[in-house]
Amino acid sequence: MTQTELPFPGLRGVPQAEEPQNRKEFTSDQEVRWCPGCGDYAVLAAVQGFMPELGLKRENIVFVSGIGCAARFPYYLDTFGMHSIHGRAPAIATGLATTRGDLSVWVVTGDGDALSIGGNHLIHALRRNVNMTILLFNNRIYGLTKGQYSPTSELGKVTKSTPMGSLDNPFNPVSLALGAEGTFVARTIDSDRRHLTSVLSAAAAHRGTALVEIYQNCPIFNDGAFDAIKDPETKQDAIIPLVHGEPIRFGSPDEDGKGSRGVMRDTATAELRLVDVAEVGEPALLVHDAHADDPTTAFALSRLTDAGYLHKAPIGIFRQVEQAAYDDLAREQIDTAQQGGGEAAGALSGLLNGGDTWTVA
Amino acid sequence: MTPVGRLGQSPHEAARVREGEEGESVTKEVKQLDRVIIRFAGDSGDGMQLTGDRFTQETATFGNDLSTLPNFPAEIRAPAGTLPGVSSFQVHFADHDILTPGDSPDVLVAMNPAALKANLGDIKHGAAIILDSHDFNARNLKRAGYPENPLDNGVLEEYAVHAFDLTGMTVEAVKEFGLSRKDAGRAKNMFALGLLSWMYGRPTDPTITFLERRFAKVPDIRDANITAFKAGWNFGETTEAFVVQYEIKPAPMEPGTYRNITGNLALAYGLIAGSVQSGLPLFLGSYPITPASDVLHELSKHKRFGVTTFQAEDEISGIGAALGAAFGGALGVTTTSGPGIALKSETIGLAVMMELPLLVVDVQRGGPSTGLPTKTEQADLLQAMFGRNSEAPLPIVAPQSPADCFDVAVEAARIAVTYRTPVMVLSDGYLANGSEPWRIPDVADLPQIDPDFATEPNKGEEFWPYLRDEDTLARPWAIPGTAGLEHRIGGLEKSDGHGNISYDPTNHDFMVRTRASKVERVSAGIPLLEVDDPSDSARVLVLGWGSTYGSIGAACRQVRKQGIAVAQAHLRHLNPFPRNLGAVLKGYDAVLVPEMNLGQLSMLLRAKFLVDIVGYNHVRGVPLRAAELADAITDLVESQ
Repeated sequence: MTQTELPFPGLRGVPQAEEPQNRKEFTSDQEVRWCPGCGDYAVLAAVQGFMPELGLKRENIVFVSGIGCAARFPYYLDTFGMHSIHGRAPAIATGLATTRGDLSVWVVTGDGDALSIGGNHLIHALRRNVNMTILLFNNRIYGLTKGQYSPTSELGKVTKSTPMGSLDNPFNPVSLALGAEGTFVARTIDSDRRHLTSVLSAAAAHRGTALVEIYQNCPIFNDGAFDAIKDPETKQDAIIPLVHGEPIRFGSPDEDGKGSRGVMRDTATAELRLVDVAEVGEPALLVHDAHADDPTTAFALSRLTDAGYLHKAPIGIFRQVEQAAYDDLAREQIDTAQQGGGEAAGALSGLLNGGDTWTVA
Repeated sequence: MTPVGRLGQSPHEAARVREGEEGESVTKEVKQLDRVIIRFAGDSGDGMQLTGDRFTQETATFGNDLSTLPNFPAEIRAPAGTLPGVSSFQVHFADHDILTPGDSPDVLVAMNPAALKANLGDIKHGAAIILDSHDFNARNLKRAGYPENPLDNGVLEEYAVHAFDLTGMTVEAVKEFGLSRKDAGRAKNMFALGLLSWMYGRPTDPTITFLERRFAKVPDIRDANITAFKAGWNFGETTEAFVVQYEIKPAPMEPGTYRNITGNLALAYGLIAGSVQSGLPLFLGSYPITPASDVLHELSKHKRFGVTTFQAEDEISGIGAALGAAFGGALGVTTTSGPGIALKSETIGLAVMMELPLLVVDVQRGGPSTGLPTKTEQADLLQAMFGRNSEAPLPIVAPQSPADCFDVAVEAARIAVTYRTPVMVLSDGYLANGSEPWRIPDVADLPQIDPDFATEPNKGEEFWPYLRDEDTLARPWAIPGTAGLEHRIGGLEKSDGHGNISYDPTNHDFMVRTRASKVERVSAGIPLLEVDDPSDSARVLVLGWGSTYGSIGAACRQVRKQGIAVAQAHLRHLNPFPRNLGAVLKGYDAVLVPEMNLGQLSMLLRAKFLVDIVGYNHVRGVPLRAAELADAITDLVESQ
């Protein structure tokens, strides 16, 4: 896959590598120190695997992270990287992306980092549409602080800090991102390497802020949180795959080889309902339009996700629209202002000597 | 008695041409003064800041030395006519070098009863009060809390009161433009400005040009304001109420080109200069906050210098984005006031840890918490020094006057880039909004700042991001896009040299000390502290920092005029201190440290040098009063 084949030139301005690259070149000399069985390993492997396919100069790629288990990610990639402070990675990446149009900027964050302490920066990055790709590792628990509930934990979650059950409703990260009118919002799963890679590639190709929620299992503090969508027995009923331009179908296959269940818009209430395809017929199903300007339907799709224990969740690209990116506009304003400008020292002298001046002989 | 002239003429010209002019012939005496302090006061909506600013520009153009003190409420429009709504602008101008906006006005211009009441306590006995009698009606007197009219009951007897219906005369003067009575009345500030401009022989062209430009799109308002301004001037000239016009000769100044400049403007220009001199694009990440917002406003106008201004969602994002830009090789800057610094503390710590250049500007205001947003204070020194978790030292510099904000911004950029460190600039509300004439520097004389980016491996085939320069202890700054120098940095402790994560006890101890040593080494590149002591025999030193420079200088002059010897020194670098500071302190019998806080520099000096500092501390939200300070200095000298 190359950037030119993708719908939006997300990597425009980032210099291309002269030689083909391989996975090893993207692997740093640091020992990976996540817990055995952690979903982060799979994501790291996927990223190291597809980075060479982007064909970018390695020195023009920057990974910025906050705090949490996932935030160690940059140490393991041999690119430029910053392991910053809790929740602030989108803000830091905004400054970097705005001043350096020649960089491919990635943010690695978790559910606590992005949605609790850093919630404000996340929604504003999405609103501004700064050219960066945000990987939100959602394990629905606090791992690095050893097992407190997170802002995506289901209500009533019993943890070290909530022995009688948590009291606050969880965020749905995709709903939140769509509420902030994110221009690229997707969800994928750590254990599905192919889907993960395809979504990450599309995210990298997007110009503006791309948010990818990655369901990721924490085997220590929240093991099994995503079992329903991973278990071969249940996953076909649990995962609602979203493919642009296709009727939304899931569940055990019908005779046509596609899912026997589908998503339909109720014409009376405008709500989305899950229906048997055999009953309503495929033409009645909602055709997924990730490119719709209005995020309303994408939001409605995001609401099909269980807020409690996860039995059902749409997976794929919810929204993928073209909109001017903040950093492009910021650079354009500077370019416009600089047109016809002379050398800096002369201009500085002119600036300092502007206004009402007087001369003492 | 010298007859003097009309609008548009200097008093000197007017003296020659007064004969034979049309209209009444009122002869006026011209009296020479060496300095005057005027305070314009009115309601927040009366345009007193603009009036004061215009008078200041006229005065600057005329060539007086000057110093200004704007003072306004935090509320944008407090209830009209009330004491909390009073806004004022004080300007001190002289035929000689002056240092402060002055303690007590010689002239108060009061546009309503509240303005009179709020300011009466500050003015000199016998001062002139020019007031708009139009607003001294029952309703406004009540709002100001006057049980009876002060114009009638004798409380103003000791002052030279000039009460005129300024509003009425303004409305009459501009009636040809068909404005509503309310709109017409709003030009009364220009009438007052015209009157004062006449009284002090100010040049009027700059204000007329200014009004033409400012209201170019609304001709009626433009013409009404210009007409009101001229009417005020002509009223001064023709009324028999004023028999004296004053002349304050231009002050002798060093040759050069000058402009009047506020601290915030000078700071913004200094940041641009730091960018030009280093060749690094300037990136400002900032969240609006009084009294720092004007720096954001100003820098947003200068994109032609490659300046990016990012109005962030909060203070933390402002500094985060600036730090991200610094990682990418920009001159990262964040501007704020004290409450914003509190929010930025964690990111400043990250910058200390990652050892990246970053400028953090704190335009201090009264606190704690929201405190006094529009008033000045210098009580963030200890926050700047210590307001972070663990050992997180950073260099601190502070300007001493509005124009000095320019040089300090350039100096902060030099230190940050040279030593790869966040640097704190401590300006304050008085410096930010106050103004003074600035001798514009020659760009060729500004320091060159070398970013000295790393371009190749520094350890055999490898790149070690924490391998330091032996002299400065600065680490290499390798920016993304540099092939072969890919590396990861962050908030976790690093191993010396290599920069990998390290939890080793000895390494941590070493790194903590190394970061401290690096900041200490900044002192090698800063000038020694100079002491001003004309007598060369003073036994008492007055040492200050930041915006108290003017008050301290004025107080020392007053003391010296009494024949008392006193030495003065002022710190620009608060961390690290100049290398000779300890020796200077120990050379005096007593050291007085005046501050607009409860003794923060005093505390640092006592701790570091074991010198028994005498504090002089006021936190009233306004600059220290020179006369009071002079008394304190005299008392200290005499007690030795």
